[in-house]
Amino acid sequence: MFYREAGQFKTTYEADSAKFPIFQDKLFIWIYLAIGFIAIPLLSNEFFLGAIMIPFLVFALASIGLNILTGFTGQISLGTGAFMGVGAYACYKMTTIFPEANIILLIFLSGFFSAGIGVFFGLPSLRIKGFYLVVTTLAAQFFLEWAFIRIPWLYNYNDSGAIEVPQREAFGLVVTGASASAEVRYLICLAIVVIMTWIASNIISGRIGRSWMMIRDMDIAAELMGVRPLYAKLSAFAVSSFYCGVAGAMMVFLWLGAAEVESFDYNHSFEILFMVILGGLGSLLGCFLGAAVIWILPVIIRAVLPPIVDTLTVFTITSAQADLVSDIIIGVMIVMFLILEPHGLARLWAIVKQKLRVWPFPY
Amino acid sequence: MELLRLIFIEPFQTMYALPDLLLQTLWEGFVSGTLYSLIALGFVLIFKASGVFNFAQGIMVVFAALALVGIHALGVPPFLAVILTLGIMGLLAITVVRIVLKPLVNQPDIILFMSTIGVTFILIAGGQLIFGGEPKAMITEELLLPTGSSDWEVGGGVVIFQHIDIAAAIIAAILIAGLALFFNKTRVGRALRAVADDHQAALSVGISLEQIWVVVWFAAGVVALTAGILWAAKSDVSFALQVIALKALPVLVLGGFTSIPGAIIGGLIIGFGEKLFDLYWGAPILGGGTESWFAFIIALLFLLYRPEGLFGEKLIERI
Amino acid sequence: MNVHNTQFHGRTDDGIKPGEPLLHVDNISLSFGGVKAITDVSFDILKGEVRAIIGPNGAGKTSMLNVINGFYHPQEGTITFRGEKRSKMRPYQAASSGISRTFQNVALFHGMSTLDNIMAGRTLKMHKNFFWQLWRYGPALQEEIEHRKVVEEIIDFLEIEAIRKEPVGTLPYGLQKRVELGRALAAEPDLLLLDEPMAGMNLEEKEDMSRFIIDVNQQYGTTIALIEHDMGVVMDLADRVMVLDYGKKIGDGLPEEVQANQDVIDAYLGVSH
Repeated sequence: MFYREAGQFKTTYEADSAKFPIFQDKLFIWIYLAIGFIAIPLLSNEFFLGAIMIPFLVFALASIGLNILTGFTGQISLGTGAFMGVGAYACYKMTTIFPEANIILLIFLSGFFSAGIGVFFGLPSLRIKGFYLVVTTLAAQFFLEWAFIRIPWLYNYNDSGAIEVPQREAFGLVVTGASASAEVRYLICLAIVVIMTWIASNIISGRIGRSWMMIRDMDIAAELMGVRPLYAKLSAFAVSSFYCGVAGAMMVFLWLGAAEVESFDYNHSFEILFMVILGGLGSLLGCFLGAAVIWILPVIIRAVLPPIVDTLTVFTITSAQADLVSDIIIGVMIVMFLILEPHGLARLWAIVKQKLRVWPFPY
Repeated sequence: MELLRLIFIEPFQTMYALPDLLLQTLWEGFVSGTLYSLIALGFVLIFKASGVFNFAQGIMVVFAALALVGIHALGVPPFLAVILTLGIMGLLAITVVRIVLKPLVNQPDIILFMSTIGVTFILIAGGQLIFGGEPKAMITEELLLPTGSSDWEVGGGVVIFQHIDIAAAIIAAILIAGLALFFNKTRVGRALRAVADDHQAALSVGISLEQIWVVVWFAAGVVALTAGILWAAKSDVSFALQVIALKALPVLVLGGFTSIPGAIIGGLIIGFGEKLFDLYWGAPILGGGTESWFAFIIALLFLLYRPEGLFGEKLIERI
Repeated sequence: MNVHNTQFHGRTDDGIKPGEPLLHVDNISLSFGGVKAITDVSFDILKGEVRAIIGPNGAGKTSMLNVINGFYHPQEGTITFRGEKRSKMRPYQAASSGISRTFQNVALFHGMSTLDNIMAGRTLKMHKNFFWQLWRYGPALQEEIEHRKVVEEIIDFLEIEAIRKEPVGTLPYGLQKRVELGRALAAEPDLLLLDEPMAGMNLEEKEDMSRFIIDVNQQYGTTIALIEHDMGVVMDLADRVMVLDYGKKIGDGLPEEVQANQDVIDAYLGVSH
């Protein structure tokens, strides 16, 4: 009753292939955008924006990157952390060399460096399939981690090996550095993520996205239909790494303010892979859902578990232990989702919508 | 020019000039190669029997070692602690097979693989929660493993052999021989080979897949515990070990995912290769630290030319 | 059922007249390791005809199609398509020269809907480059809509309007095979290779599929090569028949001739030879 398509007819193919053909969907997207751009900044404090929303956006973008490669093209990758790192270091070097340049533009441009590296390490995927690609992407991950330390030029010969983000302005506002406000950083992150999500959705619903999915589902049939595996796979690596690179640059410049090699280690590759699996492989919505759950769940548990354990039992647990508990819960959720709903939260959401369509009837 | 000299001439000159260093490096390579093989063996066992690529093998090594040390710390005598740890690994095997593998039996391999990644995550966090995250010392002496070292003077220098390393090589060889005997001579071993060949056929002759998988995961657990003890005897039990276990992946690429001799040879190649490369090429030319990625790059190059590995089976695709 | 759009004509400008060989393979031999799948087979397919390839299981029929498609590379022999002679095909070459096919085990893209699967068949015809794909609205969308129109013609022709948005994994087998035919047609092929299109169908479905195949051949002039086990279908649909057994050609000619050929009868009856 809430969610009916009855009465919504399409008379042109254009209308039928719109991204949100159902009116309610279109409405909700505008509502979400309004909440995102207006309500949240007005109503939340620094902590919420800086420690919850901004990281959520960063990880959602990185998840989109990984999902393009793994969920849409079927090329499993454990190199996400390193690709994010390439973007971050690229941005750092560019802003060192061009301090006057608009930092937001540089964040976008750093994606190209990631894309280049991604294509290079994606070349083996033309011969190698399935699990073996795990090995090659791990090769990328470990090699790049090594490179981040061994090439001092990357971190401006700094003794500690870490990079610290300098203060930069754009459009007259302080955007990065210690004095940048959370609201400004949040709105920029949101804008970047919204635009790039829109672009990702464009690519996916068109010829290139279709060729990616063809490779994923049955690469031999795809090749026999004229898809060139070279272009399809490498374009997937390129676009995916671009997104991860921008996410990496955002992570350092608009969230953490500083970074070292550990910020891009293979634990992050796993973390983002989990977000993609939980959210749903092959679903853009899933990227946001997965990032939200995996990022926000530990925050909630850290806040809520110690008091509960304190009051109910004789034990006390530290916040570090609470983090471990949330890790276990996440691991369990992954396994449970793989068993019960391999298509992740996004599929669960689609099922809920389906139920809403026919409510109050059962089917 | 200088670069060419550094790549093609200098290393061999150094090898010739300092033979004791070369021998030492070869020995170190042999030792780490043996341990890589052991870990890779665990992967091969599970992959052969169930087609599942058990990403959790690495953390099983750490978990087993932690459990052993933890139980011993409670005051349990060392060899009893070993038996209890084996019991824990058995429980782990049953849990994983019943709860994770059975429901996923017909899913594509990639889903099974990702479920083992989930299990890895649970074990890492669970291990830290139960046993604490700091590195711990392995109970080497209590297990009657030798400590100390012997020197061998050769070529004007000295090569040092840690006794524990010698013991490790011997124990690993015994374990591998034992497993080979088990697979080829016992009834369960035969059933395992049947399952590895063809699940359906094995089912049709009355072999219980579930039981076989529990046996295999337990065997992998035994291998994991052995590897954990031997490795931690050299350098403490810590979660960093899990990353080292990731190196077993390139070993599998070289040796083929389903071959036990392949795992052994692959492990040795990687073991030798890493150490030699870092000492003679990595340190002088690239500044060192190349052991973190050398194995993977070798695996990558290998995959480009022989995707099925040295001993693996060539895949012929049919449509 | 009339379809007015004549877009699916195979190319008429390649200088080959109906009745002349569109494809001929000469002395093809294919082996895997020690197993010889095809031994010294030569045959041709004339433009505009329906050519059936029959033979007992394991005779090498699908392997022959795979060779034509470029999925397998023969150790010996040549493939001549539209006058161009090659010692082996590559999949991209085959597809872009106008060869399209269906598969023995339905090879649809299970993650996509019927509509998307058939649109997948239009891959080679879509050209709007990466830059336009980023923005979709504008030239890329225009191109999608154009191709959507063609795909809708096919959907109309195959009478599968009701299932266009369904994920193909949920469709019954007979419909899946029909969608696969649609996907092959979407490429507007000159040569359509059908690998057991009627396998697993009941009588009604077979009649429908036969009707579609005849329409494709007669209305669009598409040349068709057909692997099929149902002799009734073969006799009714085929203009000429080629028979393979153990990788060798044992018969080639009109359906009635082949039906009377003693070697063919022996092969099917399992008389040892």
